[in-house]
Amino acid sequence: MHTDKPKHAFEPKIIAFVCTWCTYAGADLAGTSRMQYPANVRVLKFPCTGRIDPVFILKAFQQGADGVLVSGCHPGDCHYIAGNFHARRRFAAFRKLLEFVGVDLDRLQFSWVSAAEGGKWVEVVTDLTEKVRAMGPMTEFKELALEEQWSGAITTPELKEAYNSI
Amino acid sequence: MSRIGVFICHCGENISRTVDVERVAAQVGNMPGVAFATDYKYMCSDPGQTLLKKTIQEQKLSHVVVAACSPRMHEKTFRKAVESAGLNPFLCEMANIREHCSWVHENREEATVKAIEIVGMMVERVKKNRVLPAITVPVTKRSLVIGGGIAGIQAALDIADCGHEVILVEREPSIGGHMAQLSETFPTLDCSQCIMTPKMVDVANHPKIKLYTFSEIELVEGYIGNFQVTIKKKARSVDEDTCTGCGVCMTKCPQKKIPNKFDQNIGMRTAIYVPFPQAVPNTPVIDRDNCTWFKSGKCGVCQKVCGPGAVDFEQQDRLIVEAVGAIVVATGFDLYTIDEKPKGSPIKGYGEFGHGKIPDVIDGMTFERLASASGPTGGRILRPSDGKEPKQIVFIQCIGSRAREKGISYCSKVCCMYTAKHTMLYHHKVHDGQAYVFFMDARTPGKSYDEFWRRSIEEEEAVYIRGMVSRLYQKGDKIVVMGSDIAVGVQVEIEADMVVLATAVMPQKGADTLAQKLGISYDKYHFYSEAHAKLRPVECATAGIYLAGACQGPKDIPETVSQASAAAAKVMTLFSKDKMEREPIVARVREAGCVGCFACKKVCAYGAVEEKEIRDRQGNLIKVVAYVNPGVCGGCGTCQATCPSKSVELDGYTDEQIVAMIEAL
Ligand SMILES: Cc1cc2nc3c(=O)[nH]c(=O)nc-3n(C[C@H](O)[C@H](O)[C@H](O)COP(=O)(O)OP(=O)(O)OC[C@H]3O[C@@H](n4cnc5c(N)ncnc54)[C@H](O)[C@@H]3O)c2cc1C
Ligand code: SF4
Ligand code: SF4
Repeated sequence: MHTDKPKHAFEPKIIAFVCTWCTYAGADLAGTSRMQYPANVRVLKFPCTGRIDPVFILKAFQQGADGVLVSGCHPGDCHYIAGNFHARRRFAAFRKLLEFVGVDLDRLQFSWVSAAEGGKWVEVVTDLTEKVRAMGPMTEFKELALEEQWSGAITTPELKEAYNSI
Repeated sequence: MSRIGVFICHCGENISRTVDVERVAAQVGNMPGVAFATDYKYMCSDPGQTLLKKTIQEQKLSHVVVAACSPRMHEKTFRKAVESAGLNPFLCEMANIREHCSWVHENREEATVKAIEIVGMMVERVKKNRVLPAITVPVTKRSLVIGGGIAGIQAALDIADCGHEVILVEREPSIGGHMAQLSETFPTLDCSQCIMTPKMVDVANHPKIKLYTFSEIELVEGYIGNFQVTIKKKARSVDEDTCTGCGVCMTKCPQKKIPNKFDQNIGMRTAIYVPFPQAVPNTPVIDRDNCTWFKSGKCGVCQKVCGPGAVDFEQQDRLIVEAVGAIVVATGFDLYTIDEKPKGSPIKGYGEFGHGKIPDVIDGMTFERLASASGPTGGRILRPSDGKEPKQIVFIQCIGSRAREKGISYCSKVCCMYTAKHTMLYHHKVHDGQAYVFFMDARTPGKSYDEFWRRSIEEEEAVYIRGMVSRLYQKGDKIVVMGSDIAVGVQVEIEADMVVLATAVMPQKGADTLAQKLGISYDKYHFYSEAHAKLRPVECATAGIYLAGACQGPKDIPETVSQASAAAAKVMTLFSKDKMEREPIVARVREAGCVGCFACKKVCAYGAVEEKEIRDRQGNLIKVVAYVNPGVCGGCGTCQATCPSKSVELDGYTDEQIVAMIEAL
């Protein structure tokens, strides 16, 4: 039963931020329909894409995500009337910022997947996984995270030198 | 320190086939904060839930994670179980390892690793979960019904019969809607007035129904159980309490040639009028645009002849505020007019059919008025141009409907049946006449419907021609109808005396404006959207608002009445409790941090954010901060992601909880 899938040298980590009403339900439908897709994605559920703070996306990259997906209801279908419109505007601005900082925008995908679109969920996740796999690991933000976690101990020669020169 | 219990479900084999559940349990058991982890065949079963409850008590668990199916499936089940074991239900989370894992991956190793990560993520999240107390809101057990067609009437009567007050608001001077205009009704051919008017009278006499006719909804505020509705009662110019309905005014009014909309403008009325004799209420209304008094300040004859002195030229529009707990929207439909492009609609007119230009090309509703015993012709089929009886009559179906290129792709659903009815009524009244029907195909699902349609051909001798009309023009006093019979592949040409168009059923004009006042959604045609096409067909996604009748989509009377009773049942369910619980997923403002910029207020689609003044003991204003009304808040969290000072937080989805999940990955 277990088909031997081709082994890949690099398995990207994909984090998906989705809304409960549309995309989470769409992903559920992909499950009930027994569709298959790469196991790289981890799903975080929000009531609405309107709740998704761009900081979470940065955090995800810092935590080692190689690709991030944000997905919610189609425009006009928002369960909370207009949350997805606010999200759309917010992320349009945020993408520009990321681009400015030098993040390859191909790692960040936005999509609309409705509760009826199990097939589209599979497509979006598969495409993003394949794309990011081809791009290789995302390193910039991980290094940033390491710096952030610096314990205060002066352990490297560089730090010692810097410390002594103050 | 938290003592988390993790329960991993096999779901029979649905999960365990691809996920090594024992390995998941073993690994999760070692995670910090986890006091207990086990796997079990069916967690949702009775013994599964008992295991959960027993373990919570025996192990003194502080939080619970159930790794099983989607939370959309069983979150309620497990939260209830957790609550009955004495824990706050919001200290329980589900990890979705079925829909999002075992069912979508085949590789056992990959699926198991993913399952461990999903559970680990939820373990970190649940640690940060806080006790959320239930939020209860009072329920005002009064209902508003908008629209007094058969849908609104049925819903109002059902709710009122259960003992709850109903406010029924109708835009026109009388209730009744389109059904009051119909002659006889398919599939049984009973007279519409005969079955309709008793219900209208019941509405008028019901002690629990407060009727506002000639009125419109001005403003809707509030939320489920607690709406505040402002109704505009337009000036009738006749005092409803004083008027006895004797009708003397109408016989004396000198303005007698005003086309009556109720009769599709083929019958005439006076300036002070009731739209039809059985109107409810039967208080007349003065049509100020056509009244001599209002135009020139002269006349006033109705006021002079009115015994009780009910005519009041000075009457003003009035605004009335009513508090209700539920709203049923039953605003019905309108018919597509061919001679003009409906406002705001993408649909181009059907000028080629001559409606509006050729007087004897009429629509189906006009035919209903001609066939109605109480109509302008007393039930005789006479053509509008010269009052002659048409001996050759052509019916054309699907005018506007099912024409994607013209903008409407849906089927109007009632036209096949009412056209069959029209051919029968015609045959009953004009024995030597011949009816022809151009149709694309006959759609007659419904109890006794196909039999009814066949009867029109087999017994009532209607000639059905499958095909569309290509051209139609006036020739002398005839209308030449040219079309093709695609069944036999020939061109047909009929010299008709009258043509009846089965025009598309469309939403009421202004349906979108009303929807925006109510905060409900609608489709591209402006039909109102139900919460779920199959499982929640009478509820709006907006809590506390229900749909009945043709405002949701084309419907015949049996369907309309069923939906109206269903909507009433939903209202009754809501009214069965004095207070209702709502999910405590609401936003909360940290007043210390709030700088009063009200960015949250701008993005909140629910209008839940209010301004709150903070004062010192002497009453001096310190600052103005945001306050989220927990009854109104929809729980989307848009405010939180917008707040620049991070001072508003959505319970159940705090930054802490989400960051904990991201960090677990
Ligand atoms: C030509 C024709 C023949 C038909 N024949 C049959 C038949 O034989 N048998 C059958 O089963 N069905 C028949 N139907 C279908 C039938 O008419 C409908 O099923 C029925 O009328 C739907 O009722 P309703 O209450 O939903 O809508 P409506 O009858 O349209 O009533 C809606 C009411 O709401 C009011 N309203 C609208 N907007 C507002 C507002 N903003 N505020 C306040 N009030 C408002 C309107 O004035 C109206 O009174 C026929 C339809 C047509 C067009
Ligand atoms: S307004 Fe006066 S005259 Fe007219 S129906 Fe009423 S009571 Fe009679
Ligand atoms: S959570 Fe949504 S509905 Fe509630 S106050 Fe914030 S923006 Fe408004």
